[in-house]
Amino acid sequence: MVMKILAIVPSFNEAESITHVIEAIKGENPLIDILVVNDCSNDETGALADSTGQASVVNLIGNLGIGGAVQTGFKYAVRKGYDIAFQFDGDGQHLASEIKILLDPILHNEADVVIGSRFCEKQNGFRSTPLRRRGIKVFEILNSLLIKQRITDNTSGFRAYCKKAIHFLAENYPDDYPEPEAVLLLGKNGFRLKEVPVCMQERKRGDSSITGIKSGYYMIKVLLAVLVNAMRPRIAKD
Amino acid sequence: MLKSLDINIIQYVSILGSVVFIGLIIMLIRNKRIKEEFAILWLFFGGVFLFLSVWRGSLEVIARILGIAYAPAAIFLILIIAIISILIHLSLITSRLTDQTKVMIQELGLLKMEMDTMKKKSRPDRPEDSHTEG
Repeated sequence: MVMKILAIVPSFNEAESITHVIEAIKGENPLIDILVVNDCSNDETGALADSTGQASVVNLIGNLGIGGAVQTGFKYAVRKGYDIAFQFDGDGQHLASEIKILLDPILHNEADVVIGSRFCEKQNGFRSTPLRRRGIKVFEILNSLLIKQRITDNTSGFRAYCKKAIHFLAENYPDDYPEPEAVLLLGKNGFRLKEVPVCMQERKRGDSSITGIKSGYYMIKVLLAVLVNAMRPRIAKD
Repeated sequence: MLKSLDINIIQYVSILGSVVFIGLIIMLIRNKRIKEEFAILWLFFGGVFLFLSVWRGSLEVIARILGIAYAPAAIFLILIIAIISILIHLSLITSRLTDQTKVMIQELGLLKMEMDTMKKKSRPDRPEDSHTEG
């Protein structure tokens, strides 16, 4: 049986990198379908992605933020019957050469959700700034306690999901800064999580969406979301 | 004499104020500027204040029940409860609207894409058309 695989590429003002990202994924594995979710960019991201002819493009009419954009991808994957979906950021920080590593545990039915982690093995590559690493450590401790499994990179957006997880997240994906919360949500609802070591590149262009005062807000918002989420009952799956 | 007159004046003013307030809210509902659902709390607290101004002794009774030594302070308590409940109600509504907007933006994006794909398929000889909208 051939698995239908979808790459979900959330992008907001990524005109400079989006074409390269699409070509990199296709170059790695031409059988992977690509969905670019253009989160109401102010630049040519959507048109450029469309002009490659190698990706489907959803142009959102309002800016939803990364959570809402990625969730659009899950909804698309559900409707088109994909078996596996993975998130691959439009800014070029994820490496196409590592898609295989990310998908393998799902293809071999060893996990339902695979997270590409910058921290689960000693390695080179971009591993964020010291202050951010400390923030990421907080999530590691908190989430690991809550779901009783060590997840080292809770903020990584380089993730792959099995069909069951796609269906679950199409209905339940968190909003603004979804990554750490999604780990808890998936872990708590019985999905098998696995981390694989990956490298990430520093953004060639543009800034992280989280800087300055926003980082403080980010920590507080996500901590609140994670803690409240831990108090919610499990969501019944069909 | 003068003192009792003062107290009467404030009672009239507060009755008038409550009636004008309730009237204003009803007018806004009537003109479809506020939906009934959102006006219920305003009307409820308007009613509470009308009740308090008509029956002045009620404030003393409430204060005694709650153990508030200075009865007029009870009115601030009630006022603060009113404002906070209405603000929480507004947060609930905003959150619901945010959720609904999100779903709408997502669905609209997916539908537009579906439509463009169908257009491209139905006119394969003129693929340029679909690009003009992007």
